[in-house]
Amino acid sequence: MCVGVPMQVISIEGDQAMTEVDGVRREANLMLLDQEVVVGDFVIVHAGFAISKLDQEDARETLAMMREVFTPESMG
Amino acid sequence: MNYLDQFRDKELVRGLSQRIRTLTQGRGKPLTFMEVCGTHTMAIYQYGLRTLLPPEVRLISGPGCPVCVTPNGYLDRAIALCRQPDLIIATFGDMMRVPGSSSSLMVERAKGAEVRIVYSPLDAVRIAVKNPGKRVVFLGVGFETTAPTIAGSILAAKALGLGNYFVLASHKTMPQPMAILSADPEISVDGYLCPAHVSAIIGANAYRPLCAEYGIPCVVTGFEPTDVMQGVEMLVRQALSGESRVEIQYSRVVRWEGNLKAQAILAEVFTPFDADWRGIGVLPGSGLKIAQRYQAFDAELAIPVAVEELKEHKGCLCGEMLKGKVSPFDCPLFGKSCTPESPIGACMVSSEGTCAAAYKYAR
Repeated sequence: MCVGVPMQVISIEGDQAMTEVDGVRREANLMLLDQEVVVGDFVIVHAGFAISKLDQEDARETLAMMREVFTPESMG
Repeated sequence: MNYLDQFRDKELVRGLSQRIRTLTQGRGKPLTFMEVCGTHTMAIYQYGLRTLLPPEVRLISGPGCPVCVTPNGYLDRAIALCRQPDLIIATFGDMMRVPGSSSSLMVERAKGAEVRIVYSPLDAVRIAVKNPGKRVVFLGVGFETTAPTIAGSILAAKALGLGNYFVLASHKTMPQPMAILSADPEISVDGYLCPAHVSAIIGANAYRPLCAEYGIPCVVTGFEPTDVMQGVEMLVRQALSGESRVEIQYSRVVRWEGNLKAQAILAEVFTPFDADWRGIGVLPGSGLKIAQRYQAFDAELAIPVAVEELKEHKGCLCGEMLKGKVSPFDCPLFGKSCTPESPIGACMVSSEGTCAAAYKYAR
């Protein structure tokens, strides 16, 4: 039940955003967020609400770190 | 496709698997980690992650499937409500087939009750707007991930001046049940994969008291396969070095302090109460009910109904399952009289229930 889908904000009108991932669009209400969101940001969408913003820089850093440390080749 | 799909990268998962093997090699007694959240349970079965872990690492499922921990009495009240005239029950799909003492919402709908599945509690508010002559009751179950969305629907209904929107609220909160499980010598957990989206709301700081009191490592972990494997790797490292800290693996979403606005909205609309957890019992302050100032929206107060006498299902091991004491394969009903088509226990009903996940992916 706690599934939340990372979706990209494509437009914002008041508290209501339109979000999209892989061609699927969903409305997401922004009233629960304490961080500013602009078009292009990713948010976690759960039951029609954005519950958190996704820090894209952090996501890229985590992936880069994982690639550096955990690819089977690099571990011999 | 977007770059976030890289969190499902097979090579990375293999690399993490290899790392965990190397770290735990030669260790006799296995490390037992509990994934608290039902969405983790699903991911672990769906991606077959157990098969990628060495025998030295054992994953057990915890009490984090909200449908599963909802006691029969709640269902019985929802069923009594749906039998009222001019009343529409709106619910997330998961609740439809959960057996109450003698019926389910699915059975009641077939008999003519108006039960509608919605994606968002705001859809239920829209149903109330469109049906001014009827009362609409939304079934408010779920942890802190979901509770703010239901609080949001109550605020929306209030702003619209709706008098026909109600919530039957039975929200559960973390991490109280984890404290009970930590103190249980029969379970002996070496680390927790802490829930991803619950923690996005409550923040990773919420696990510090538990971690300090019981000395059990906690890692807030995302739901993608690389997330789960990295969460396990971080727990292994802590456990082997004898440390117990709270760490955040899912740092792209979860902050130490959590989502302060969502926390404020929860505190505005709800108030803590002693919730009853299936299999665990009543835990002080472990649930959220509607606060007095919003009691006009509280279905339990606004629409009194006679609720049938409680009956538990004999032989069902859901209660023990939710404490991580048994696995689905230990239950004599599993896959025999209890299947996803005709479930006996809640763990088989919810798509996130341990039994449903085991039936679908591991049988």
